[in-house]
Amino acid sequence: MSLSDKISARVQAVPRSGIREFFELVLAAGDVISLGVGEPDFCSPWHIREAAIFSLEKGQTSYTSNLGLLELRKSIAKYVAAKFHVQYQPTTEVLVTVGVSEALDLAFRALLNPGEEVIYHEPCYVSYNPSIYMAYGTPVTVETKIEDDFALRASDVEKAITPKTKIIMLNFPTNPTGGVQPKAELEGIADLAKQHDLIVITDEIYSELLYDDREHHSIAALPGMKERTILMHGFSKAFAMTGFRLGYACSPPELTEAMMKVHQYSMLCAPITAQIAAVEALENGAGPVEKMRKAYWHRRNLVVSELNAAGLSCFQPGGAFYAFPEIRSTGLSSREFAQRLLEEEKVAVVPGTAFGTAGEGFVRCCYATDDQNLATALGRIKAFAARHRVS
Amino acid sequence: MDPLLELLQQDARLSAEQLGAQLNRTAEEVAVEIAAKERDGTILGYQAVLDPEKANDTGVLALIEVKVTPERGGGFDRIAERIARFDQVVSCWLMSGGHDLAVVVQGSDLRDVARFVSEKLSSLEGVLSTATHFQLKVYKQNGFLSHASSTGGRLPVSP
Ligand SMILES: Cc1ncc(COP(=O)(O)O)c(C=O)c1O
Repeated sequence: MSLSDKISARVQAVPRSGIREFFELVLAAGDVISLGVGEPDFCSPWHIREAAIFSLEKGQTSYTSNLGLLELRKSIAKYVAAKFHVQYQPTTEVLVTVGVSEALDLAFRALLNPGEEVIYHEPCYVSYNPSIYMAYGTPVTVETKIEDDFALRASDVEKAITPKTKIIMLNFPTNPTGGVQPKAELEGIADLAKQHDLIVITDEIYSELLYDDREHHSIAALPGMKERTILMHGFSKAFAMTGFRLGYACSPPELTEAMMKVHQYSMLCAPITAQIAAVEALENGAGPVEKMRKAYWHRRNLVVSELNAAGLSCFQPGGAFYAFPEIRSTGLSSREFAQRLLEEEKVAVVPGTAFGTAGEGFVRCCYATDDQNLATALGRIKAFAARHRVS
Repeated sequence: MDPLLELLQQDARLSAEQLGAQLNRTAEEVAVEIAAKERDGTILGYQAVLDPEKANDTGVLALIEVKVTPERGGGFDRIAERIARFDQVVSCWLMSGGHDLAVVVQGSDLRDVARFVSEKLSSLEGVLSTATHFQLKVYKQNGFLSHASSTGGRLPVSP
């Protein structure tokens, strides 16, 4: 008996993640400086950890409502109203999930019939394509380009719309590019969604991490859009709470109910300790978030100027904590670049192609790492780029 | 606060080049501004923050609460400045609450601090009373934890 024959055809068809493959190379390389992570270098702020500890001391270890603690849903609704300018009902329009990861899976499973299409932009977070596919949907890619600072053109989205299109999936600020979406293009996409009666899923997990006095615009806040949008956000990035595994989806009652159906049978509820910590984060976390944002902002300035000085042309990303330099001046492919940088300089970056074919010619450098590591890594990248310069 | 001062307060050893790179400004601009801030007394000085235990600092530190009579015309300033000028005084603050001045004093040992308090501080005209508290152990100093455990454990590559 071959066990691999027992795996469903759909799961077999999903390729191994480019990140996992690279991860193993990095582990094998031993003592490396990694700019390859996708999470903050900061530990969750102490007031949040302390709230979690206190809840355990008090013995708060039970299940919660399927939707999540009402207190947390109220905090979320208040936070989202203040930050995104959209009002959601805590009782019917907010679902607490195990990270944005779970929220994505729930939304695709709740909405998609086999063969229905989801338009999303690449380069993008690694799980969109497989999550759509495993929910029996058909992923349809639209490229974002360096000439547009990796913003998404509404006209490109329009070209991808077919009678089978059901969802447009957005992620701004974007992992891995750090790109943000100008309001005008966002409005263009909103118009398309209304015109073609499409649902919009928007993953705004990096929305607090914006630089140079930028303001965040959520598509959910545009006229007529709350009715057809699932707004996803979480605690992993801005609050440095990746390991707590907590996120949420805000959407009209029908959609929340549908996602809740999947959630209640697959997850039951998100962990209570994380939910209590999240209330503390929303109610008292603004100071620490701003402190971390400032640190990322300073590092972004440093990283982008150093990469450009190294001859790796890099646009100034407006948000998140990634720089996405072009590495074509070395004559290497993204994968070769990452692999040889690892071998020759012991610095890990992620090949752009891990985030879709549109990432060829780029690598992702995460600057969520301490200043000293960053300085050493940049020095090594500079030496590497100088050695491999062809043009 | 000024972003440059904020950065310097976190790490005063950053060079003008490093500060400039983080703030999107030239190293020259930064150097000129720092020099100006040093001249006008915005920046009072630069120090290393030490863990006294590891640094084998056998000296003692005391926090002394001082009650004084404010002077007509000068308020607390004259007496406070007078106290602050002693080499033994590390910090001197005017406080709200039950006493007037909080004075942090450094000495080689208990007796050294006691001598300073009885001979210098208490005998100053205008000083009504003192209460001396000795430091026993440092857990956090100027924002730095003494025994910070590393937060490590991130995977080297993640999505
Ligand atoms: C764009 C994006 N969405 C979602 C996630 C997953 O977030 P969570 O930790 O909330 O599951 C990540 C994590 O890297 C991300 O970059």
